[in-house]
Amino acid sequence: MENYQLPISGEQFREEVSEVYSPKLGKKRKRQIIVNKVEEGDSVPEILANTRTAPGIISMRGCAYAGCKGVVLGPTRDILQITHGPIGCGFYSWLTRRNKTRPTTPEAENYMQYAMSTDLQEDEIVFGGEKKLMAAIDEAVALFHPRAIGIFATCPVGLIGDDVHAVARAAEEKYPGTNIFGFSCEGYKGVSQSAGHHIANNKVFTDVVGQIDKPKDGKFRLNILGEYNIGGDAFEIERIAELCGLTLHSTFSGNSIYDEFASSHTADLNVVMCHRSINYLAEMMELKYGIPWFKVNLVGAEATSKSFRKIAAFFNDSELTKRTEEVIETEMEIVRKVRDEIRPRCEGKTAILFVGGSRAHHYQDLLREIGVVTIAAGYEFAHRDDYEGRKVLPSIVVDADSRNIEELTVTPDETRFRPRISEEEKSTREAAGFAFSDYRGMMPEMPVGTLVIDDCNHYELEKLIEYYHPDLVCAGIKEKYIVQKQGIPMKQLHSYDYMGPFAGFRGAVNFYREIDRLLNCNAFKFAKAPWDESPELTATYGFVADQ
Amino acid sequence: MLLRHTPSGISVRKALTVNPAKTCQPIGAMYAALGLHNCMPHSHGSQGCCAYHRSSLTRHYNDPIMATTSSFSEGSSVFGGQANLLEAFTNIFTLYNPDIIAVNTTCLSEVIGDDLVQIIKKAYEEKKIPEGKVVIHANTPSFTGSHITGYANMATAMVKYFAKNTGKRNGKITLIPSFIEPSDMTEIKHIASEMGIKYIMFPDTSDVVNSPLDGHFRMYPKGGCPKEQVTASGDSNAVIALGRLGAMPAARLLDTQCKVPVHVVDLPIGITATDNLVDTLRKIAGVAVPESLRKERGQLVDILCDMNQYTYGKKVSLLGDPDILLSMVQFCKDAGMEVLHVLTGTPPGKVKLEDRVRELYGDKVVVKAGLQCDMFMFHQLVQENRPDLIMGNTYCKYICRDMDIPLLRIGYPIYDRIGQSYIPITGYRGGMHLLLKILSIFMDRQDRDAEEENVELIM
Repeated sequence: MENYQLPISGEQFREEVSEVYSPKLGKKRKRQIIVNKVEEGDSVPEILANTRTAPGIISMRGCAYAGCKGVVLGPTRDILQITHGPIGCGFYSWLTRRNKTRPTTPEAENYMQYAMSTDLQEDEIVFGGEKKLMAAIDEAVALFHPRAIGIFATCPVGLIGDDVHAVARAAEEKYPGTNIFGFSCEGYKGVSQSAGHHIANNKVFTDVVGQIDKPKDGKFRLNILGEYNIGGDAFEIERIAELCGLTLHSTFSGNSIYDEFASSHTADLNVVMCHRSINYLAEMMELKYGIPWFKVNLVGAEATSKSFRKIAAFFNDSELTKRTEEVIETEMEIVRKVRDEIRPRCEGKTAILFVGGSRAHHYQDLLREIGVVTIAAGYEFAHRDDYEGRKVLPSIVVDADSRNIEELTVTPDETRFRPRISEEEKSTREAAGFAFSDYRGMMPEMPVGTLVIDDCNHYELEKLIEYYHPDLVCAGIKEKYIVQKQGIPMKQLHSYDYMGPFAGFRGAVNFYREIDRLLNCNAFKFAKAPWDESPELTATYGFVADQ
Repeated sequence: MLLRHTPSGISVRKALTVNPAKTCQPIGAMYAALGLHNCMPHSHGSQGCCAYHRSSLTRHYNDPIMATTSSFSEGSSVFGGQANLLEAFTNIFTLYNPDIIAVNTTCLSEVIGDDLVQIIKKAYEEKKIPEGKVVIHANTPSFTGSHITGYANMATAMVKYFAKNTGKRNGKITLIPSFIEPSDMTEIKHIASEMGIKYIMFPDTSDVVNSPLDGHFRMYPKGGCPKEQVTASGDSNAVIALGRLGAMPAARLLDTQCKVPVHVVDLPIGITATDNLVDTLRKIAGVAVPESLRKERGQLVDILCDMNQYTYGKKVSLLGDPDILLSMVQFCKDAGMEVLHVLTGTPPGKVKLEDRVRELYGDKVVVKAGLQCDMFMFHQLVQENRPDLIMGNTYCKYICRDMDIPLLRIGYPIYDRIGQSYIPITGYRGGMHLLLKILSIFMDRQDRDAEEENVELIM
């Protein structure tokens, strides 16, 4: 990897920024602020991640409920989702993540616009809320007749001892035609959204995947895991997959439906987009059903090409390979034209990215394509493997917060386990450089000398801006206006600022144009008024002031 | 149809809330706390609460919303949040240096029974709170009331912690607004200023959540009521609560605690309610209504009369929070519009929203307030009796789109339009703005829908 010389060294930044904290917290933060180094075999420095945020620190993080209901299950349109708790959690997760969905007919089930909650009141907190939850399910079934119902526990539910799983089981007996399942995703679990992802993965795996044994037609059938269709990303990916001749069985969980989840174990390949939020499901499906998986990145035109080539290579079919190459050729022609026009205007600009568990990595590719250098990046809720690569998995120490999240023991399914490629074949391919079940991590792909910061907080973000004056900051809504008040353009990489798609080829074009606008538009130039540039008054009209 | 699964007729529900017309207490408390100068709102609960509240307020205001959290883990949820809160105080004062930390509780910390009074006392004893700095708190359990209750509770906490009666009146009038926009607070201050009245206003979020872009980020923008002013409110000659649900509890406490006489008025939205505020101020302060306000009023009345034909008889359905709803209903009456439905998820308590609305519109109007009074019910109501206009928050847009009914965005949250934080709806000038918006909606519809032969050049 190339070197990047920061104007003030990353080491100096780390030392000076950590000084403000208590000695204990300072010591911890120093292990989470890393100056990147890449050595032989992708070896990178160890970073401390997936650890508690200190109370009082303004963090970018959310909670387990947000990770479970908001991120993983939220995008599915026909699983009716009931938040069990006081009203707030259901209200805030109502449509705010921009997961687009496209029902196949005007009558098809689509509950995206509906936020459902038991709106627990004081009496129920005191005497228990299970009865109200059951009554809410009764009403939901009577009104909507859904295919499936998911129940999401909020903080107080766990504490008052409501058993959402027991209620789900009882409800399922009452309504045999509806699959009803609960998630113990109380907000206090774990240290961030990440705990919620894991909880969601577990339940989807045990209660949904494998319920329907009917495969979709098609020769090359795959699932995409960890793509949530924000701003229409999944639509663009579906378009490319179709052009290539692939059968996209299901997407977890952008633009998805229950039946596709339930039959996803019949596909022959899983590819993983957002490693952090869904790698558990990929692993478990491989163990139980024999479906191999590998990591892809469909953000960035080059990364998209590479990923589709890898998918074609997996299926090892000359016709598929030919079509894939044709698609890439056609699409890249348009991409190149826009990129060549925009790149000179963005070349050499600098960006910092703090977002998600994958986006801070993926979007570096897109920015690089138009010459923008990422000088600092980090995740909100990732683990060490997302930074350093899955090779460090065996050395990750599981702390008390993570231990509380159930780790399922998975064994091969007695009748349905079917290795899609033999161990021998897999080894041969791996020897030839084809990586399965692997994620290289963000750090090996970042320039040496740049900063990698886990769970970057408000104070550190302010200091980064003060030290390095980036031309662009990418993070979330809470950070947006803090940055923009300073006259620096800010791009939201959770919601895309209500634009998109940014994935795939058309997404790349959209993103280049958007970054070009942000870096080169006039608006931010007005942050300073003309009189701020030269505040001293000259004496010419001094008499006016005397009056 | 985006809300294709909403059946016609009114579905009776006792347990399931669908598309709520309210949210939870802590966000209201956070918003109120932003109305103190140099104050850091602090959410005592899981990280997610604070993240959700900051995100929601940021989407509404398009401005930085700074707040901290106790970041509860599973351990703190079992063993209590005291250690987290004490650590938070140290970190907040060290890193962000506010004058005040305003703590609100959450359902989590309420359920485990954290005793905030005791924890704050301990923090002082252990010198976790530096000299000259203060910590206040409000109990805001999410399982009672709504965001309006939370706002009222934090405003009340300000009185409880700060207001002092020194025995000497300071000749000021204290103004406590309900949960409204910063622009609306500015407009109310403008009215008092024009009348030559010295006032204290809190919470006051103007110049906090509608700050300018000038190349600098300020963690504590220049607005917000200084705590010394809240203290001095105990010596004020009178307190006016603007809005019964959001403002009256704080005003009442000022009376009990400091013997400041209370006056309660509706939020000054529209002519009648603004007249009532101006008249109340005039009488309390013993001043004449100045020419400038007479002119503002006259201009609003001018438009109301000139354009009355475009509003008269138009049917309106409203959804939102009780204090704003009540004044809006009055304004609809002022403009000759017919109100079909009034709905809020906020429990009305002693406010008697229904009685007040019926005083104006009799038995025909449908008033719904409290549990399971949500947007799903609102949708079913407007399907049964279709209005010409819906007034409500951003989430009403799905109903409006499905039914092709125009939407006047009002209340919280407004995620998809801007302006409300800069341009008021309170006072006479705000009334003018509001009326112009309503007129534009009806007149644009007329232009769009008229038969070709009936398109009017002059309207």
